[in-house]
Amino acid sequence: MKTLQDLQKLRDEAKKRVSMREGDVRYRVLVGMATCGIAAGARPVLNALVEACAKEHYDCTVTQTGCIGMCTYEPIVEVLDQDGKKTTYIHVDAKKAVEILESHVKNGILLEAYSLQ
Amino acid sequence: MERMHVLVCAGTGCTSSLSAQVVEQIQSELVKLNLQTEVKVIKTGCFGLCQKGPIVAIHPDRVFYCHVTPADAVEIVAEHIYKGRPVKRLELTDIDEVTKEKIFNIDEIKFYAKQQRIALKNCGVINPEDIDEYIAMEGYMALGKALTTMTPQEVIDEVKKSGLRGRGGGGFPTGAKWQFAANQPKGQKYVICNADEGDPGAFMDRSILEGDPHVVLESMAIAGYAIGANHGYVYIRAEYPIAVERLEIALKQARELGLLGNNIFSSGFDFDIEIRLGAGAFVCGEETALIQSIEGKRGMPRPKPPFPAVSGVWGKPTIINNVETFANVAPILRKGSEWFASIGTEKSKGTKVFALGGKISNTGLVEVPMGTTLREVIYEIGGGCPDNKNFKAVQTGGPSGGCLTEADLDTGIDFDNLVALGSMMGSGGMIVLDEDNCMVDVARFYMDFIVDESCGKCSPCRIGTKRMLEMLTDICEGRGTAETLFELERLAHKVKDTSLCGLGQTASNPVLSTLRLFKSEYDAHVFDKKCPAHVCKNLLTYSIVAEACRKCGLCARNCPTSAITGVLGKEVYVIDPAKCIRCGACMTACRFGAVLRG
Ligand SMILES: Cc1cc2nc3c(=O)[nH]c(=O)nc-3n(C[C@H](O)[C@H](O)[C@H](O)COP(=O)(O)O)c2cc1C
Ligand code: SF4
Repeated sequence: MKTLQDLQKLRDEAKKRVSMREGDVRYRVLVGMATCGIAAGARPVLNALVEACAKEHYDCTVTQTGCIGMCTYEPIVEVLDQDGKKTTYIHVDAKKAVEILESHVKNGILLEAYSLQ
Repeated sequence: MERMHVLVCAGTGCTSSLSAQVVEQIQSELVKLNLQTEVKVIKTGCFGLCQKGPIVAIHPDRVFYCHVTPADAVEIVAEHIYKGRPVKRLELTDIDEVTKEKIFNIDEIKFYAKQQRIALKNCGVINPEDIDEYIAMEGYMALGKALTTMTPQEVIDEVKKSGLRGRGGGGFPTGAKWQFAANQPKGQKYVICNADEGDPGAFMDRSILEGDPHVVLESMAIAGYAIGANHGYVYIRAEYPIAVERLEIALKQARELGLLGNNIFSSGFDFDIEIRLGAGAFVCGEETALIQSIEGKRGMPRPKPPFPAVSGVWGKPTIINNVETFANVAPILRKGSEWFASIGTEKSKGTKVFALGGKISNTGLVEVPMGTTLREVIYEIGGGCPDNKNFKAVQTGGPSGGCLTEADLDTGIDFDNLVALGSMMGSGGMIVLDEDNCMVDVARFYMDFIVDESCGKCSPCRIGTKRMLEMLTDICEGRGTAETLFELERLAHKVKDTSLCGLGQTASNPVLSTLRLFKSEYDAHVFDKKCPAHVCKNLLTYSIVAEACRKCGLCARNCPTSAITGVLGKEVYVIDPAKCIRCGACMTACRFGAVLRG
């Protein structure tokens, strides 16, 4: 490391790896991962979300939660914004999951086609 | 591809309560469920809540678990990490005072809500063995800023303006100390970090070094730049093996990245740091003794002046600062002196870390803004005395300090207030005493420590403290007279006024403070031959109340010296005071409360 810019670059890289500990992200993405969710295919959804986040650095965290109580709609993905407003997406698969990130988390546009009305 | 970080405290406190096994268990469970690539386990420094260790924190969920055993770890992985259902029974909670409901949100838990973390900011958040995580938290940016955009004098001015005062006990203004050293003629100079931490019951510095070693290294380099030194020493006791190991790792990583060594940030400034291990003598924390010890000599203080800033290690200008002092330097340079000066009281800026111990529910490490009241620290953060016992006093400043009582609880803590109340800030040990503590015994405890630790160079301290210990022992064992009390006080003042170094000069403080505040307890020992707190064994008497005795003989069977006689079912039992060793076994044994302690 020779200059302050080198350090800044290293910092920006390193920051991405610890940001989930700071709790000040725009969105929290929750995946229902109880028995019902896992049986309906929540695991590939979770994997897709985590992978996409690592690649694109969306301003969100991905967390798994327990049974949301609507087992017939699983896999379910919930997106919470900073004001606590919740959008519930149902019957999500890996492809839809990435679309949700791209549209809702990145551009702030709800994907009504996939959401619970 | 990480989606979750599991932070486990690997500080000394949690390590002794098996946190290493918890880490292993979590890791092997993760492997079983094939989660090891998406869930990362990080060993951090102290979270502060040592009483409730081992602590495990899960992010991004912000769930904190306490008292985690290896068996609990299996459940946490299976339930929380795999299925997303936090294990409520292990979660750190508080009780809401109004609704009486449990609070799970970590940001609302009182232990943390009242704290403000500057020196401990990264402790319990980053992996201290990974320089990248420190850098992610803006680490080494302050050094970069100083070297590339500020002159050494500007650095000193910034520290002066911040109002930072030494956290090692004296509270000397740090900027002024640096100026003093900077003003010495150019040439070889040194920076020393004092990590001796000999005060019994204190573990602030250890926790900073274990949790965030890089902040100390970065700040030492900044200090070196400010005063024109290119060599630093960390003087640390060998009894802190975890801290030493983390420091060594940190040094290696900083050198590899060129953040220590030659021509740092292409500024032409060179700086490197060496670790020196001390054998753990209290007196070696005193700066002139510490310098002797670094030079390989026996650690004995010498008269000042010359001050170390003029003639320190190897006779060269040297600044010595405490670990926590350094932990504030990098944040000050990064965020600016105004920010720092806006926290705290008029003459004591910033925060102070305290090691809360003794009769307190939440033993641990806390950092609060200067000016926070003792009541807030002891009751709101510390949770008060356990078992509904009555608070009696709080001891600050360790063997050099004094006691504060109920009447002082609403005073804001800062350097000057504590001195005005007859105690001192010291390095940050805060020992809470309740109704079961005997104040004479407390004074004797500290004097016993001092007698062991006096280096013996000057006679007031070497002989005087020994005599004081004898007098205190006499009082505790029932041999004290009015004259003992008089002589004790007289000698205490003499030792204070005539000792060579700070150790002897402050050794009398616990005695003088308890004599002033708890004279009635001393009087009870001397004149009534009673210890009101029932601590001093020689002054205790056990007897059996005849009316309450059911003649069951349980006491006699439990007495190790056969001091109790009676006839089962027929005659009341009696204790022979000549044979009684005051162990209290009878009192514990009796089911009818017939044994009386006086
Ligand atoms: C007997 C004695 C023990 C001391 N022990 C320590 C210690 O363990 N750690 C420490 O930082 N300062 C200790 N000091 C204070 C140091 O002499 C010195 O004042 C301090 O390290 C200066 O740093 P600061 O200005 O950053 O507080 C001790 C002083 C005395 C008299
Ligand atoms: S006061 Fe005590 S510790 Fe200090 S030089 Fe004298 S004998 Fe040594």
